[in-house]
Amino acid sequence: MALSRFYIPCHALVKLAPQTRTAVTSVVLERLEQKKKEALLGGGQHRIDAQHKKGKLTARERIEVLLDEGSFVEWDQLVEHDCIDWGMDKTHFAGDGVVTGTGTVNGRQVFLFSQDFTVFGGSLSAAYASKICKIMDHAEMVGAPLLGLNDSGGARIQEGVASLGGYGDIFLRNVLLSGVVPQISLIMGPCAGGAVYSPAITDFTFMVKGTSHMFITGPDVVKQVTNETVTQEELGGSAAHCSTSGCAAGACENDVHLLLQTRRLLDFLPSNNQEKSPVRPCSDPAEREIPALDNIVPNSPISPYDIKHIVEFLVDEGDFFEIMPDYAKNIVVGFARMNGETVGIVGNQPLVAAGCLDINASVKGARFVRFCDSFNIPLIILEDVPGFLPGTQQEHGGIIKHGAKLLYALAEATVPKLTVITRKAYGGAYVVMNSKHIRADVNYAWPSSEIAVMGSKGAVAIICRGDPDLAKREEEYIDTFANPFPTAKKGFVDDVIMPRDTRKRLCADLKWLRNKSQKNPWKKHGNIPL
Amino acid sequence: MSRTGLLAQFKRTLQTASVTKPFEKVLIANRGEIACRVMKTCRSLGIKTVAVHSDVDDRALHVRMADEAVCVGPAPSSQSYLDMQAIVNAAVSTGAQAVHPGYGFLSENCKFAQLLEENGISFIGPKERAIQAMGDKIESKIIARAAGVNCIPGFDGVVEDEAAAVRIANEVGYPVMIKASAGGGGKGMRVAWNDSEVKEGFKLSSEEAAASFGDDRLLIERFIDNPRHIEIQILADSHGNCIYLNERECSIQRRNQKVVEEAPSSFITPEVRKAMGEQACQLAQAVDYQSAGTVEFLVDSQMNFYFLEMNTRLQVEHPITECITGVDIVDEMLRVAAGYPLSYSQSDIGINGWAVECRVYAEDPVRYLPSIGLLTKYTEPSVQHNDSKLGVRCDSGIVEGSSISIHYDPMISKLVTYGPDRTSAIERMERALDEYVIDGITHNTPLLREILGNERFRSGDISTKFLEEEYPKGYSGGALTALQKGELVPSVAVLHHLKTNRTPSDDSVNYVISCDEEKVPVTVTLQNGKYSVTFEDKTVEVSPTGGTHGTLQEFKLDSTSVVPLQHLRFDGVTHTVRYRCCKRDVTVLTPLQQKYMDTMPVKVKEDTSNLLISPMPGSLSSISVEEGDEVLEGTEVAIVVAMKMNNSLKAPKSGKIKKIWAKVGDIVDGDQKILEFY
Repeated sequence: MALSRFYIPCHALVKLAPQTRTAVTSVVLERLEQKKKEALLGGGQHRIDAQHKKGKLTARERIEVLLDEGSFVEWDQLVEHDCIDWGMDKTHFAGDGVVTGTGTVNGRQVFLFSQDFTVFGGSLSAAYASKICKIMDHAEMVGAPLLGLNDSGGARIQEGVASLGGYGDIFLRNVLLSGVVPQISLIMGPCAGGAVYSPAITDFTFMVKGTSHMFITGPDVVKQVTNETVTQEELGGSAAHCSTSGCAAGACENDVHLLLQTRRLLDFLPSNNQEKSPVRPCSDPAEREIPALDNIVPNSPISPYDIKHIVEFLVDEGDFFEIMPDYAKNIVVGFARMNGETVGIVGNQPLVAAGCLDINASVKGARFVRFCDSFNIPLIILEDVPGFLPGTQQEHGGIIKHGAKLLYALAEATVPKLTVITRKAYGGAYVVMNSKHIRADVNYAWPSSEIAVMGSKGAVAIICRGDPDLAKREEEYIDTFANPFPTAKKGFVDDVIMPRDTRKRLCADLKWLRNKSQKNPWKKHGNIPL
Repeated sequence: MSRTGLLAQFKRTLQTASVTKPFEKVLIANRGEIACRVMKTCRSLGIKTVAVHSDVDDRALHVRMADEAVCVGPAPSSQSYLDMQAIVNAAVSTGAQAVHPGYGFLSENCKFAQLLEENGISFIGPKERAIQAMGDKIESKIIARAAGVNCIPGFDGVVEDEAAAVRIANEVGYPVMIKASAGGGGKGMRVAWNDSEVKEGFKLSSEEAAASFGDDRLLIERFIDNPRHIEIQILADSHGNCIYLNERECSIQRRNQKVVEEAPSSFITPEVRKAMGEQACQLAQAVDYQSAGTVEFLVDSQMNFYFLEMNTRLQVEHPITECITGVDIVDEMLRVAAGYPLSYSQSDIGINGWAVECRVYAEDPVRYLPSIGLLTKYTEPSVQHNDSKLGVRCDSGIVEGSSISIHYDPMISKLVTYGPDRTSAIERMERALDEYVIDGITHNTPLLREILGNERFRSGDISTKFLEEEYPKGYSGGALTALQKGELVPSVAVLHHLKTNRTPSDDSVNYVISCDEEKVPVTVTLQNGKYSVTFEDKTVEVSPTGGTHGTLQEFKLDSTSVVPLQHLRFDGVTHTVRYRCCKRDVTVLTPLQQKYMDTMPVKVKEDTSNLLISPMPGSLSSISVEEGDEVLEGTEVAIVVAMKMNNSLKAPKSGKIKKIWAKVGDIVDGDQKILEFY
């Protein structure tokens, strides 16, 4: 990267007398050049080599891949820590272990920090934290997404509470930026201790398989405290967070893949909460009929099908960016485009646990819905839900409050909200999944839909208790409810449409809903059941 | 169309005009493409159609095509499509006057024909006695010999047990072929070169025969080396007329399953054709055959031909005969079943052009494993050539969104192309395969495309050993040739540029394109709305014809060659394309991104040597070991039944079994673990 691209704060020099300027300038320039050279090398070539050996790119290389070539403008390259304890006064690195600045992704401005593991193991000092805070403040001011590339051993212990204060400064800004600009965390190495709370607050956290870890306490402490033996990978690797804890939204094979996927994700998102997502010119006709959808839902109500097939048939060019693909697979969420415009898709997945709503699915869905609502992204809900998952484990785990999150999120959302009932819509889950009653704009039912308080067996057992011919009653119940008519009669669905027309209808609705304006009553903030 | 063809059609028009349609309503006792095929002719004749289906097929195309549909049972064909009583009941309840059985299932079951007759319903096929006589491989040979038909040297006899199988095999002389007495096709047929192979073949063949036909009798006969499989299509009516519609050559086979067929044969002379046709008719008349039938022959390099068997049904590959003769065979079957005379006489039948058929299977062509799932993309080719409206016929029973299930035959379609000569028919087939969009499952089009381009195939020098001789280690998947690279690279470069630059302006961009471990730096230049791609010291002008959506895209290179490219998926980094039938992952990065990608470590795959993994989806029909058992490497430990085939799973290593992860009756996925060793 050419040196001239860097911000050179040389205005101070101009004030010097003309005769001394040349001499001073040459000395300063020499020093400057030296410092910048050092800064580019981070912790030195041997540490860079060690980083490469682990299969990881350096902080600067990552920025090169992530941003449009040549667009990066670095800030605070000359910042150094001011710690004098524990011999720290003897060791300084220009930039102090984090590279910060701004640049573009496909032409759109972003702010980012990239932690440099080669400098003090990427550990966070007060100076390091203020560098990050500086770009966060600017991200907020100009309304541009914030990207955090995490690769750090944690707090710089030598600095004591100053380092912790630094974390606090970052966390506060993460919170204040939440819902203002998209914040994305990329975990590309260790991220341990308190440091994990920055990614935890950001909108999406992605990891690299095998080389990234997140945990509050590492395996050594776990062993000391609980006598449990566990590896880093088992405790906080990408598999643990992508499929078990749900702390990460996804993982990629390596650094380059992750950085390129982040570019792809950013293309779907608006820069801030005042904007709409960029519209991508698209040759996939909004009017496209999809005959395949007419027969995709099996006749048998107990046969599964893959909701992702429906998503891929519906959206522009079949291009779907799934969020949390390995966690709570009974609900599918992600970004796609309809006629060029970004939409958030939420679909029950009949392939997994019949698509029921459980604790994890509710939380996953709710968080995604709130992101979309924060950033003006219309929602499309594909509904095939047999209800909430019953059982002690769920009840004692708090399905009541967790299920309520999804209800809360969808009810409070004011973006365009569209629902397509593909098959089942039962019980409370019917209401929760973006029903008319919680302000959905357009609700469609496919002819295969069945919308009722509960399944036929359970219902008949209650309302016809003691009836000698329960089978007959059940048949009657199915006849009454296993179709879209009772709901359509009440206007709870706006139309029963042929599946093949779904794309056409949704695209048309999104068009007239572009200027939707809906306000919730003034409040400091709502009190979502956490 | 030839003069004789035109004359025949004229005659036929007169006849159909003068008589009423053969039936008012016909039930088709089959599924998939053949059910749809039969319905097409019925519809054109104004005949109402009734479909039967299993419960999993309730949304199948043949059900939707029919005027009425009846569910005859659950998914396993033994409880639905093979349930004679259920099908007869369906015919009775819908008032169908006749039943067309298609091929497979009950098509050669004389009990079924008899049962229909008892219920006053016509069986659209030969009479019961003919089915019985020809369906029995021993009796059919005796009749054939008596009718003056050349027969294969060998031993005729029912094989009682393994020891008998070995004894007979030794008497006949190796190599021998072991096959089921009942039923045709390649099911249950195996070639054995020594005693131990006879034993294994006997076991597997008899089990499969039992599973497919409910009859485990087998037959052993001499296996002729280097034969060609050439068969004669015949038509016979109840008025004593019998004609042959010339031959089909079906030598391109894998494990006795036909893969590519053509009509006429590139091998036999008009004299041999006539002799074969006449012998076929003699055989048909010897059993008072009334319907369409096929007499299969093996032909050696000296053009000696030997009777193999007679298939008393509509054959899978009948469309190629229809292409070159202009005869609608199903129409004739309907007429014959109704007691009408054939609408053609032998002199009406000529050979007009050349037709090639490819059987497109949901099957991995490298590992030969069936593939199941939803057809997420499916568009049949529609090649329109200037010189003829004819050209492509695709007989299928599925549409986009249909599923290929484990319960039935994995055939997706029969793709037929037709042209004035062999070369043009083959070239059209290549083009049609390139344009045939099938995704969501793995299929064998790469192998089909490979065969069509094979020089030996092009020269017509083929035999039933073609595949094993040309691909002794099996088909390995198409490696990219230099010529293909020259087409693929610029096409993908422009496609990528279009996808990632939605409002393109004049510019020049560098990329590195990686495919098959090879990296090609390219420069894509857009100037005055025209794309050119520079790579490997040459510049190619590329004109894309499609937009940014749509699977089938075409790229014109230097306004000369047209490259059809199927774009299946783009994940932001990698384009999954199908080019010349082969699915390829092509990564397009900037030089800088590529530089860093090259430094990324290659991840090692999980060690699975301790596991027995199901190689395909199917149902686990047996596990012959228990936890703690010691087994030797190669011992059969489990059987997975998929697509009606018993697939024997052998121990991957010698050792003690630690854990059994699945149980008999489980439906297992491909890659699911079944056993774990210590």
